[in-house]
Formats: sequence, structure tokens, C-alpha cells
Amino acid sequence: MQLEQAAATGWPEQGKGLAFQEGRRRHVLDLDDFSRAEMEMVLSTTDAMREVLGREIKKAPTLRGKSVMTVFYEPSTRTRVSFEQAAKILSADVVNLSVQASSVTKGESLLDTLRTLEALRADVVVIRHPHAGAPYLLARHLQRVSVINAGDGAHAHPTQALLDLYTIRQHQGSPEGAKVVILGDVTHSRVARSNLWGLGLMGAHVVLCGPPTLIPWELVEERGRRPDSIGTGHVEVETRIERALDGADVVMVLRLQHERQEAGLLPSLREYARLYQLNEERLALAKPKALVLHPGPMNEGVEISPGVAHGAQSVVQEQVTNGVAIRMALLYLLLTRHPRRE
Amino acid sequence: MPQKTIMTEEDIRRALNRMAHEILERGPGAHGLVLVGLHTRGVPLAQRLAECIWTFEQVKAPVGALDIGLYRDDLREERGSPLRPTEISADLHGARVVLVDDVLFTGRSIRAAMDGLVDFGRPRQVQLAVLVDRGHRELPIRADYVGKNVPTALDETVRVRLREVDGVDEAVLVQGEEA
Repeated sequence: MQLEQAAATGWPEQGKGLAFQEGRRRHVLDLDDFSRAEMEMVLSTTDAMREVLGREIKKAPTLRGKSVMTVFYEPSTRTRVSFEQAAKILSADVVNLSVQASSVTKGESLLDTLRTLEALRADVVVIRHPHAGAPYLLARHLQRVSVINAGDGAHAHPTQALLDLYTIRQHQGSPEGAKVVILGDVTHSRVARSNLWGLGLMGAHVVLCGPPTLIPWELVEERGRRPDSIGTGHVEVETRIERALDGADVVMVLRLQHERQEAGLLPSLREYARLYQLNEERLALAKPKALVLHPGPMNEGVEISPGVAHGAQSVVQEQVTNGVAIRMALLYLLLTRHPRRE
Repeated sequence: MPQKTIMTEEDIRRALNRMAHEILERGPGAHGLVLVGLHTRGVPLAQRLAECIWTFEQVKAPVGALDIGLYRDDLREERGSPLRPTEISADLHGARVVLVDDVLFTGRSIRAAMDGLVDFGRPRQVQLAVLVDRGHRELPIRADYVGKNVPTALDETVRVRLREVDGVDEAVLVQGEEA
């Protein structure tokens, strides 16, 4: 589905250099159209933003007069607040449109809402929507606004994947060749999907682990058929957690949504925790300095034990800080690009 | 593209030696001195000035690095470019800061740098050292220490290359806008 959408948006070809630098990138919808060089550019700009976050007075005038509007059709605390914090530190003005889940309507009115934001002179719209592809629809129809996808259905969450990559790079250097285990409900995880693109592009070795009912087998097979489109990394599935964790450099734990049990995909949360929870004993199978990541909010005692969640190897808090820096970098790169030439 | 050498490796070495002496003379000395280089080529120039000062007076002047990307006034004209981390660990309160850059042209980078600098503290004095002053100022800014004054036409470009960044020490005048 995402490829059809990409074709329909007239997307620049994937892997063709620094779209940001050449002013060709107007939106951040997923990581599948990023080149490795462009990814490196985002990560190194994030280093500079981390420095700003560490200052006594953390404020720069860079985006003065720019408007960032956040539109969340799904509940979120950290992602929305993270974008708001990032925009404010760079002196942009922020408007948060709170949309009740009950008022989610069909595509037409979504577009109308966003057309209004464009008419209100938003420069960037940050959108989260329960339907995959919603940000692509907007990107296709809005003429002046940059769209950042803050999560669309089970499809993509590119800023989360970028902050995960950044956090890994900060601790272990390039993820090239690193064994990264993505553990849990991979099928319903937009975080996992965007991370597959990002980690693949950076050359990591990704192992998907979870109950067979929660593994998107078709995705792995699809990637297998198009090896040139995913960078130099590779992906495999291992449903036995002990084998998946053996020698891992990074363990990315996904949030288990309680609804999955009701949908009959899991016998019980207790059963899930017994078979797939990341606890101290299992983490010991990974490399001694393996990192533990979680996109939050954590269900402690379900997908992750409290000891691991707050243990020495957990970088969950750093992920939150890095998330602000990543979003500052993206806003900076999108809003300081060359004027569009089309 | 036709280019003319305006400073050789030797010229650059001598100019930096002289500028270091001038910085010490005007202090006087290196008390409270902090050298802050502007990314990219101002940073190695600041380090070299600090080395000269160490050689002449055995005083270590702290060196910082500043990226002005966050403070530019020409974001609309500039291509989105990666930022490099600003590193200023020295306390700037009451310090005598010498900003260091390779080429002084419109003065807009220096204005941006001064904005950036004050976010880190309130220096007692801010001065400016540049390897080449090519004229054509658009703001009321002048350099305190200049390696070489080079009269230029607006359609020319001054390109400074340094060992640490480009593998070679030289300053050249290039005809036409450089890509």
C-alpha cells in the first residue's frame, strides 16, 4: 500500500542523495524514501540540537515567525509534547488542535480541517491519525504546508524510528552489522515498521520476535523480494525469544496493546508475559552492554519487567530527550530548505 | 574556473603568528581570553592561534566552536544544511572573546555569531579575527585582527582551504560564483 501511495505523491526516488539539502524534501512521512546520506544528515544535525538542549538557556531564534500545528486524532502525550517542546525551543509558534477520537470522520473532512490550517498559514502540520496513509493524503493535497507523520495507523512513525536510531548510535556508534531485536506485537506496530526501514538502511541485522500471530510475515517476505530497496541490512523472524536475544546488541521492546487479547490473538496477558516478557534473566542472553529501548508508555509486568524497564541497560528516558532533539532537527531542516522550485 | 592564489601556506603561518602577537598586545596578555571559532574553518584557525599564544607566552587560551546555523538571518536563501555542535565549555561571563573566522564578507555571519555568543554568557569584550577581509560589508562590522585585506569584486569568491579540513593551506580568489 505504501508504495502505491508513494507513487501517487510523485515522491522523489528513494536513495538519491540529500533531498533536504537540495530542497526537494517537503514532508517526513516515513523513512522508506530516505537515503542513507540524508539519514546521516538528520542524525548529525540532531547532535547539534542535543547541545542546545543542554544549555542553561535553551532557546534559539531560528524558526521565529514559523507556525507548527499539531493535529492528533489519537491520544498521545509524549509525541505531541515532544514536538511542541522542539518547536518552542527553536522559537516557532505552536498551535495544538485537540481532536476527540469521537469526532474522527472520513477523509473528506480530514482534508477540510487541514485545508483550514493551511489557510491559517501553518508552515508545518504534525499529524497523528488512526488510519494508515492519512498524512500521505494531506501531503498530496496541501500546496504550501510541510507534513510530518507522527504516527498513522499501524503504518509508520518515522520520528520515533529516527530517535531510536539516534539513541543506538549515541551508545554504540553506527548500527551497521548490529543485531537489533524488535520484540513484541510487530504486526500492529508502526514503530517497528519505520524502524525496519531505518535500521535496514543503516545496515543493521534486524530480528523480529513475538508470538506467530503478531508477526507480519508478509512484510518480511516483501522485503525479501526487494532486497535493493532496504539498504544493506537484513531481516529475519525468530519466534523463540531465547534464540532471538542470543548475542543481541539492542532490544527494542514494543508496547502490547490490551485490545490484542480481545481480538483473540493472545490467550492472555499472563501467558504473553510468561513467553515474551523481557526480564533480567532473558536480557542476560544478550550482549552484556546491550541497550533496551521502548517507545513508551510501558506496560511494566507485561512486555517488560520493572527491573529491566528501569535497569542500567534501559535508555528509555534518553529516548525521550533524544526525541526532542530529533524533532528540532527535522523542523530545522524542513523549514530552512531552499524555496520550492516546482 | 580561473583562480588566483592570494595566500600561500607560508603567508597563512606568518599572518596567524602576527595576529596572535596582536591579540596578546591588545589584551594585554591572554588573561580571560577565549577564542571561539566559527564552523567550519574558523575552528582550526582558532586552534592555531591558541597554539601560537602557547608558544609565545605559555598560556593556554580556551578554544570553543560555534555553529551559527541557528542564528542566521538568511534561512530563506540558504539551503538546509546540517548543523554542527556548538562547543563552548569556557565561562564567557567577563571573558574577552575573540571570534575567529576564515573570510569576512557581508558581516552577516558575524552578526549571527554575536547573537549565538550572548546565549552563553555576557563577555566583557568581543573582538573579531579573520584570515581574509574581502570587503563588501552589509552591516556595521569590522575586524580587529586581519590576516590579509583583499579587494574583491562581488562576482568573485574567496576560498580558504586549511590542512585540518581540506588537506592543504591556501587562500584563493575564484572568478564567478562557486558551486
